[in-house]
Amino acid sequence: MMLLFDLALVASLLALAVHVVVEPDERSGIIAFLAFGLLLGLVWARLAAPDVALTEIAIGGGGTGVLLLRAEAAIRGRGKHEEPMTRTSKLAAAMGCAAISVGLGFAVLSFASPAPTLAPTAVEALPATGLGNPVTAVLLAYRALDTLLEKIVVLLALIGVWSLAPDALWGGAPEVRPSAVPDPLAYLARVLPPFGVVIGVYMFWVGADAPGGTFQAGTVLAAMWLLVMMGGLRPPPETAALPLRLALAGGPVLFLAIAFLGFAFADGFLAYPKALAKPLIVAIEAALTVSVAAALAMLVAGPARKAPS
Amino acid sequence: MSSLADIVTVVLVAAGALLFLAGALGLLRFPDTLSRLHAISKADNLGLGLIVIGLLPQAASIADGLKLLCIWLLAQLSAATASQLLARAVHRGRAGR
Repeated sequence: MMLLFDLALVASLLALAVHVVVEPDERSGIIAFLAFGLLLGLVWARLAAPDVALTEIAIGGGGTGVLLLRAEAAIRGRGKHEEPMTRTSKLAAAMGCAAISVGLGFAVLSFASPAPTLAPTAVEALPATGLGNPVTAVLLAYRALDTLLEKIVVLLALIGVWSLAPDALWGGAPEVRPSAVPDPLAYLARVLPPFGVVIGVYMFWVGADAPGGTFQAGTVLAAMWLLVMMGGLRPPPETAALPLRLALAGGPVLFLAIAFLGFAFADGFLAYPKALAKPLIVAIEAALTVSVAAALAMLVAGPARKAPS
Repeated sequence: MSSLADIVTVVLVAAGALLFLAGALGLLRFPDTLSRLHAISKADNLGLGLIVIGLLPQAASIADGLKLLCIWLLAQLSAATASQLLARAVHRGRAGR
């Protein structure tokens, strides 16, 4: 029975992937991509990886999809159409994709079976971190460097988006509110955020012991903030505003500071003193959640559209 | 007792799934956006509601049951808002023409 479900899942995933590629209308393609992210999340859930499933649905499907939709709306109607691709360039792209797919196929087929795993080691060392969720332990203790760089990449992406603002508007506020806010949207912006904030904070908090964590929680909080801004309840902050900049930089700065303190109080860079491991990890996660939420919301809000006051 | 709960679950979840199937069929077969919205929002609200009620006897604790109910209510809220926004966009498009 479960095999039937899995096969249906894989078949629809493949069909959607083909649809995303061949769909000529960009907007339909992006919406199909959103659905693809959701289905991929289900696949991860079936593989017993709920942490990855949550992140995939939040960031891979939802967050990226919204960014793509905003980008598509921004270039739609400008009347600029890129030249149609020539037959040779299409062929070259197809060959490149085919080569990568075949290579990936071979790589997957040549994996050792059973696959070598570090999972027992990861679970064994879990008591030292004070955490209950091995995924969070990997992200913030064993492989903390990867996580640190990951969060900084998000900030770099935001700097890239902000740089699209004309010189005169640099440091000004972005614009996300539609010219006329529909009543249902304003209603949702009033009713949903209290629930959303509780859910976001809960996702961050249970991340220490159960599936959840900074990216998932940050996405939910970012969505709530965007809803408030789109409903016109609160204006978006100026991109040069100090509180915003502090919220954005706070997570990575705290992470780096604790990482360097590891030289003095523990075994080295990014090492935690044993007694304080869990409180430190939770503090880093809290600051990172705020940073991720602010960065994602500002990424969707886009570059400054109003002159700074 | 547990078998009774299981029967309730199977019947209600099957009914919910059937409603989703009908909604998907309506989404594919109905001619315009408004009637498609009508079909899919029925499936969303009632179908998901039946599935959630069907799953309630299987919930391990009261907290789990409350979480299930919250999921239903939040999905209702967002689905209703999205339908309203889509319908308004369609209406505005017609008035503008």
